[in-house]
Amino acid sequence: MRHIISILLENEAGALSRVAGLFSARGYNIESLTVAPTEDPTLSRMTLVTHGSDEVIDQIIKQLNKLVDVVKLMDLTEGAHIEREMLLIKVRAVGPKRDEAARVAETFRARVLEATDTTYTIELTEVAEKLDAFIQALNGANILEVVRSGAMGIARGEKALRA
Amino acid sequence: MGLKGNPNLAVYQESMELTGAEIFVRCLRDEGVEFVFGYPGGAVLHIYDALYKQDELKHILVRHEQGAAHAADGYARATGKPGVVLVTSGPGVTNAVTGIATAYMDSIPLVVFSGQVPTHLIGDDAFQEVDAIGITRPCVKHNFLVKDVKDLATTIKKAFYVATTGRPGPVVVDIPKDVTAHKTEYAYPKKVEMRSYTPITQSDPEQIKRAAELLLQAKRPMIYTGGGVILGEASQALTELVRWLGFPCTNTLMGLGAFPATDPLFVGMLGMHGTYEANMAMHECDVLLAVGARFDDRVTGDLDKFCPTARIIHIDIDPSSISKNVPVEVAVIGSADKVLKELIKALKAARKAPDAAALKAWWTKIDAWRARNCLKYEQNGALIKPQFVLEKLYEATGGDAFITSDVGQHQMWAAQFYKFNRPRRWINSGGLGTMGFGLPAAMGVQLAYPDSIVACVTGEASIQMCIQELSTCKQYDLPIKIVNLNNRYMGMVRQWQEFFYQSRYSHSYMDALPDFVKLTESYGHVGMYIDKPADVEGAIKDALKLKDRLVFMDFITDQTENVYPMIAAGKGHHEMHLSTDRELA
Repeated sequence: MRHIISILLENEAGALSRVAGLFSARGYNIESLTVAPTEDPTLSRMTLVTHGSDEVIDQIIKQLNKLVDVVKLMDLTEGAHIEREMLLIKVRAVGPKRDEAARVAETFRARVLEATDTTYTIELTEVAEKLDAFIQALNGANILEVVRSGAMGIARGEKALRA
Repeated sequence: MGLKGNPNLAVYQESMELTGAEIFVRCLRDEGVEFVFGYPGGAVLHIYDALYKQDELKHILVRHEQGAAHAADGYARATGKPGVVLVTSGPGVTNAVTGIATAYMDSIPLVVFSGQVPTHLIGDDAFQEVDAIGITRPCVKHNFLVKDVKDLATTIKKAFYVATTGRPGPVVVDIPKDVTAHKTEYAYPKKVEMRSYTPITQSDPEQIKRAAELLLQAKRPMIYTGGGVILGEASQALTELVRWLGFPCTNTLMGLGAFPATDPLFVGMLGMHGTYEANMAMHECDVLLAVGARFDDRVTGDLDKFCPTARIIHIDIDPSSISKNVPVEVAVIGSADKVLKELIKALKAARKAPDAAALKAWWTKIDAWRARNCLKYEQNGALIKPQFVLEKLYEATGGDAFITSDVGQHQMWAAQFYKFNRPRRWINSGGLGTMGFGLPAAMGVQLAYPDSIVACVTGEASIQMCIQELSTCKQYDLPIKIVNLNNRYMGMVRQWQEFFYQSRYSHSYMDALPDFVKLTESYGHVGMYIDKPADVEGAIKDALKLKDRLVFMDFITDQTENVYPMIAAGKGHHEMHLSTDRELA
């Protein structure tokens, strides 16, 4: 099953490599990983998307907790949560493809960030499956470049991950 | 090597600014460190200069950094105190990696200080630069790079705190050379707190109650304990618990000595080369209590066949050990000593005794397995049986020696034939299986216990992996007794090739062996050559009489001897082989 794990870790050199190293050493898979400092500059927040059986996820969480740089973590998929991922996509926009790309973007409520004579650069922030669908819908257009942020997540309601 | 009267001896005043190197020395002193095992080099020269100007910390100069890590490790295993290592940058720290990984796999508290190139050169591929933090990351509990002398004392305190608390393990502190030259005010923190590291101190009383209830329901109980009982100083509590319950107890390779081996409730070591009775009792038990053990593959055999009828209780300080390989019904997270004491209380409070009739029937069954005498061997003929040497060593030392070992057949025979009645007496590399561990580990033990008998049980292959430490033993007059079971083979490799590769002995024969007697003598020690069974006992006694000398006993043993009993890979506990001519029904 797909799990989104949110991790608060010390904002120190090497902390990221401890997490990445754990996953490669123990053969766990990482679908995506995003990390940035929080409002407290000594802390980073990481969102890690992984797949595994319940037993594997249980071990992943225990092993992550064991890392000395990890302050706290939460498996967002255990409760109600909000998930978002950002996509930046550049497509060739000439001739009939130009209108088509604009139409698809509008359908998905994506924003055209930059339009040149020959290209559109479009931004869409949504759940991962929506991004997949958008890319597929644009397939007719000439995709020049795809940039995805990886998923970020936050729990719904009062629940919060704080140090 | 006292430095009393040394004109260079420094006198520190509490308020003065000190260099990083001086702070380093003061921190170790204030931490209560007795020995530092190390080897100098460019990046640690400031530290070595500070060591020269004091006489409180004793520095033990090894001959290879792997030896330093193993020696500190042996010291830690024997004493329960953290071992301290000091190596230089680059090859200094890479040489230590094997020793660090050895300690990591067996959860041994080490603090390893490595020199690093000056901060402004980091990343420039400077001379003797290596990414020590990156290289050691997968085999340490944690590691630190100190970039500012102001952080040095706190980081050292944190390193000792992390290494020794919770599930212990090695911690590396990488110190760039310029940090050891810079000055700052010295203050050693009395304690440190880390928001990201909070070892568990309180266990769940509900789980302890459930464990007690389950134990009292057992008809065919089994207690299986590992290195965690020794690390957690829980031997007394374990012994009390086992005796109160009257249940059979087995120890893992790492757990030997936690429960007295001569107690009738002890059924021997379990696992690949464990006893028949221990493994059969594991296979047929209905309730299994695991304490400070991690269900390692050498212990469990084939997981699909592991303890098919058991409800399992697991006590461990590391939550990630719970249900890692084997799912358990009751899990108690906590230090073994505390949990076992609470468990004893809960059992007594239950006002219910274990099922005596069921237990009697269970012991009848176990005794029948025991009667197979699975460790039987015969010392006949002109060749020395390795088991015979270990039995004689056990007798001659009254079972009270510290025994270190290397890795292979001799390690298994030592574990089978030397009966450990006390914890911290059996010192071996269980998890990583590091050949070369035995001799340097023995140095650490002998330094900690200068008046005790310390024997290193080894083989002619293993001993050559750190043989250079014979020189260290001479420098510090360490009277270690080396028991070399010399079968001219990498015995365990040869055994597997015999069993599983149709006796194709690919590169497992040690051609061109040195004359170990002459070799030992050239290092200034005593060497003995023993090739007759009748001479074994006398040689060991003679060696033990040489109280202040290192003696290398080179026992020429039967080349064809294999370690039995054995569970082959992919087999269950009930599928043991007793010996070539004694198969199980």
